[in-house]
Amino acid sequence: MKKLFATTALALISLTVGAQAEGKLSIYHWFEYIPQELLDKFSEEYDVEVTMDTFDSNEALLASLKAGKLGSYDVAVPGDYMVEIMNGEGMLDTFEPSELSNFGNIEDKWLDVSFDQGRKSSIPYQWGSTSFSVNKDVYGGELDSLSLIFDPPAELKGKINVLDTAGETLTLASLYLGIPQCSSDREQLKELNALVQSAKADWASFGSDVAKDVLVSGDAAAGMIWSGFSAKARGEGANIEYVFPKEGMIVWMDNVVLLKDAPNRDNALKFMNFLLEPENAAAVTNYAQYTAGVKGVGEFLLPEVANSPESNPPADQKGEFVQACPEEVQVLYDAIWTNLKK
Amino acid sequence: MAAGAPMGAGTSSHIYEGNAPRLMAPSWIFIGFFLLAPVIMMAVYSFLTKEFRGGVIWEFSLAAYDQFFFDRGLFGDEPPSIEWTYIGIFWRSIWQAGLATFVCLLIGFPTAWFIATRDPQSRSIWLFLVTIPYWVNLLIRTVSMKFLIRDTGPLNEFLLQVGVIGEPLGLINTNFAVQLGLFYSYLPFMVLPIYAAVERYDFALSEAAADLYSGAWTTLRLIILPVVKPGIIAGCILVFVPSLGAFLAPDLLGGAKTFMIGSLIEEQFKGNAGNWPFGAAASMILLTIVLCILLVYARNQNKTEIR
Repeated sequence: MKKLFATTALALISLTVGAQAEGKLSIYHWFEYIPQELLDKFSEEYDVEVTMDTFDSNEALLASLKAGKLGSYDVAVPGDYMVEIMNGEGMLDTFEPSELSNFGNIEDKWLDVSFDQGRKSSIPYQWGSTSFSVNKDVYGGELDSLSLIFDPPAELKGKINVLDTAGETLTLASLYLGIPQCSSDREQLKELNALVQSAKADWASFGSDVAKDVLVSGDAAAGMIWSGFSAKARGEGANIEYVFPKEGMIVWMDNVVLLKDAPNRDNALKFMNFLLEPENAAAVTNYAQYTAGVKGVGEFLLPEVANSPESNPPADQKGEFVQACPEEVQVLYDAIWTNLKK
Repeated sequence: MAAGAPMGAGTSSHIYEGNAPRLMAPSWIFIGFFLLAPVIMMAVYSFLTKEFRGGVIWEFSLAAYDQFFFDRGLFGDEPPSIEWTYIGIFWRSIWQAGLATFVCLLIGFPTAWFIATRDPQSRSIWLFLVTIPYWVNLLIRTVSMKFLIRDTGPLNEFLLQVGVIGEPLGLINTNFAVQLGLFYSYLPFMVLPIYAAVERYDFALSEAAADLYSGAWTTLRLIILPVVKPGIIAGCILVFVPSLGAFLAPDLLGGAKTFMIGSLIEEQFKGNAGNWPFGAAASMILLTIVLCILLVYARNQNKTEIR
């Protein structure tokens, strides 16, 4: 009995110690996208216990929230079109600009975005592009076209990794063919289907979270990849160049959204405000090597990040945001994807 | 005390009489909560209408099964014909799992035999060695395998250095790599049940067979195999069933180029497709296949016992 009492007392003590932090914050984030030091800094400054889970695609984020996780996270970091979808699904809470003292730090061009007019539920996190990189030891030719992925030269055949998400891969394929996104035109879709079918024979693997690793290790000589991830691969010793294709590339912005039924709404807003602080936004950029949508980050950026070729496309580079297609069109793209992997 | 059961009536089995429902309760709760409830939920979901981007609408629909078995063309307006896409994916998975089971049996049986014929002290050391890889998470082991066999990995580097090969073997992202992963993941599931069966085998039987001029092959076929058969069947099931649903090995070692059953189902819940009823239907069909295999096994078991 004495022993039981002692253990109970111990358990109670540890409970109170554990609950000492002012509050909690639960983040649902992409993998490898925020430096631990920044989370620690927030945790210390506001006396908040931070927990974070990660996902590897916008669709995985949506699926998880739909499957019952909504209400257990405070903030998440969806890409542009996914903000719109989540808003349509009623998964987002709204805030007033006055609730964020740093709201004015958002760059003007990212303030009135189509996926969240007037920024009622989201703030910019980072933006960048999706294209592909080529190992210059393997291929010495000109690097300017998506044909290197979809109709590759002999040196690259069988050595290409593509992203394992239908959205990005089929959108880049559509850009290559000059087909508009969310097209439901039969001839265009047949053309798209035929293109990816024939290109697949030249692809070595499908993978998103391994996109950097396969380029660094040399498993792949070319691979679709996000701009900052490619910069990181280059930093890890891969002799690669990130290509700005003449047909266009995908431009995206990831955003911190306030989730509906957030258990710690106040801390969520504190965290969003914290991320709009130029110094902190710059810390994310220095780590992930994309571009912040926040004013005044310049002085905090590492020069090699600020000037990285991946984040500085040529002035006339074409780029498109991924569009959220309506259901009757989306099923066609899903069918092409399943058909590709059958 | 339990109601109704006469106590102290002699044999110990009487103690359990009347208590049976209570004693069974934990297993019923376990089976109900962890087996029946999820399966029933899955069965119900497979007959519901899909909601766009994941989720279900509570209206009865056969659309998921229709999609699995019938092909109406990309635009859904051609006359229905048999849909080979998913049958093909299932067939490939079954074939992969079957091959992995066969290879595991080929290596696992002699291994188990070897261990069971050591002296009792060293047996436990051998068994211990077989289970050591299991202290590490499956994901980590699969990734490590990838690092080992990739074109720039130690295996290829070594063979290149020694001069056995002129260029990397190109093992990664092939079916061979997937097989290797499955074999490596599930081999102990084959070794352990066979070991248990062989350990019970009375080696005097082999001697008796030899005394009666039976050759090694005949002894194996007529004496040993019938005795250790339950262990072999149990091992085969333990390897085959998880291999069938595996998606780590195909994803990481096979390059995720083609869907296996596991990744096809995953895609319905996690991917772009977001078609929960279809994922549930595919799971139900997989479950049916596995159940049929187990039923055949149970039948065989009964027959052996009657004999």
